[in-house]
Amino acid sequence: MTTPTLKQSTLREHTRIHGLGVFRPDVIVTNEDICQWIDSSDEWIRQRTGIVTRHRAGKDTSVIDMAESAARAALADAGIEASQLGAVLVSTVTHPYATPSAAAQLADRLGATPAPAYDISAACAGYCYGIAQADALVHAGTAEYVLVVGVEKLSDFIDNNERTISFLLGDGAGAVVIGPSESSGIGPSVWGSDGSKHEAIRMTHSLLDVRELSLAALSEGPNALAAAAESAIWPTMRQDGPTVFRWAVWEMAKVAQQALDAAGVRAEDLVAFVPHQANIRIIDEMVKQLGLPEHVAVARDIVDAGNTSAASIPLAMHRLLSEKPDLSGGLALQIGFGAGLVFGAQVVVLP
Amino acid sequence: MASNEEILAGLAEIVNEETGLAPESVELDKSFTDDLDIDSISMMTIVVNAEEKFGVRIPDEEVKNLKTVGDAVDFIASAQS
Repeated sequence: MTTPTLKQSTLREHTRIHGLGVFRPDVIVTNEDICQWIDSSDEWIRQRTGIVTRHRAGKDTSVIDMAESAARAALADAGIEASQLGAVLVSTVTHPYATPSAAAQLADRLGATPAPAYDISAACAGYCYGIAQADALVHAGTAEYVLVVGVEKLSDFIDNNERTISFLLGDGAGAVVIGPSESSGIGPSVWGSDGSKHEAIRMTHSLLDVRELSLAALSEGPNALAAAAESAIWPTMRQDGPTVFRWAVWEMAKVAQQALDAAGVRAEDLVAFVPHQANIRIIDEMVKQLGLPEHVAVARDIVDAGNTSAASIPLAMHRLLSEKPDLSGGLALQIGFGAGLVFGAQVVVLP
Repeated sequence: MASNEEILAGLAEIVNEETGLAPESVELDKSFTDDLDIDSISMMTIVVNAEEKFGVRIPDEEVKNLKTVGDAVDFIASAQS
């Protein structure tokens, strides 16, 4: 009996971003709007967060709708047909079904079926997690082109009357197509987690609690259920701001430096810094900690878009490239960090 | 090992850098939030800079106990000893 020679996938040396597309929903929420719900002022919010407006999606716009718009734009930008996709990855924490995934439906809508498709739950690090996986899939020869979408409809999971996080959040989507390249286009991923801090950014309660709370209110009669504040039943986001700030700046500056070192790139070699858009003070302090020189363009899309979790990096990258097209082809450092806690960073060649 | 006076002077310098407040306005009995108008995010920056300057560790859960400048000086002094 002869043993066959087991074939393995053929490795590829280089990968890059082939195309980028975004979707910004059109409901604009101003700081004045926010001040109807919490005792604050436009000046206070700008000073503490940098945010002037956030874009939010209407009731009829779903996570999959936003992902589709961004994905179609990214495919067009890359000049790739959906049928060429070897995998569809969707990073989101706001697709309102535990199963089936948003990615499988997105792949079908795009015409990418039967491409493998799955969601990634890595909150504000979700986009960088997606890039890490897409890069690995293309490198390993498991897929040729991979679609990565970061999409969130955070407005479905906020409580307008609480003041730890809801007023920061916006909706949106950003997508990229990752594929083979003649030269290096994506540096090594530096990514990780620290679940010991899972309560630093969290949901108020679980889906099982929703069932318990609804049944408990209902047992007191329909009026009791109607009277129960929506926020007491529906789970929404909370964060411990100062703890997150400290971790985001000082721990994440180290991760960002590791991503630079792993890529063999110095801060002065960068043309852009595209961090997760969490808070302008985190961005400014990170710039300081990393010692980024003046010529490095820093993405500050948060001013207009708010914090859009997994969507924030591609949205911010898209704005930067629209405003400064000559950055295209240069090196950008991107870093995502958030609920988990989780983080991910890479140096990439801007599309 | 820094004396309490040296810790106060060092803290005043850090507060000045973060907020622009005059170092001499940073006195032991001043409350960070009520008197110096320092918010929780600026407080974290001050804490991290103080850790570096004085070679101590100030855990997140300890930060909320540091209500006055004097509290911070005492904590840093005892953490150093």
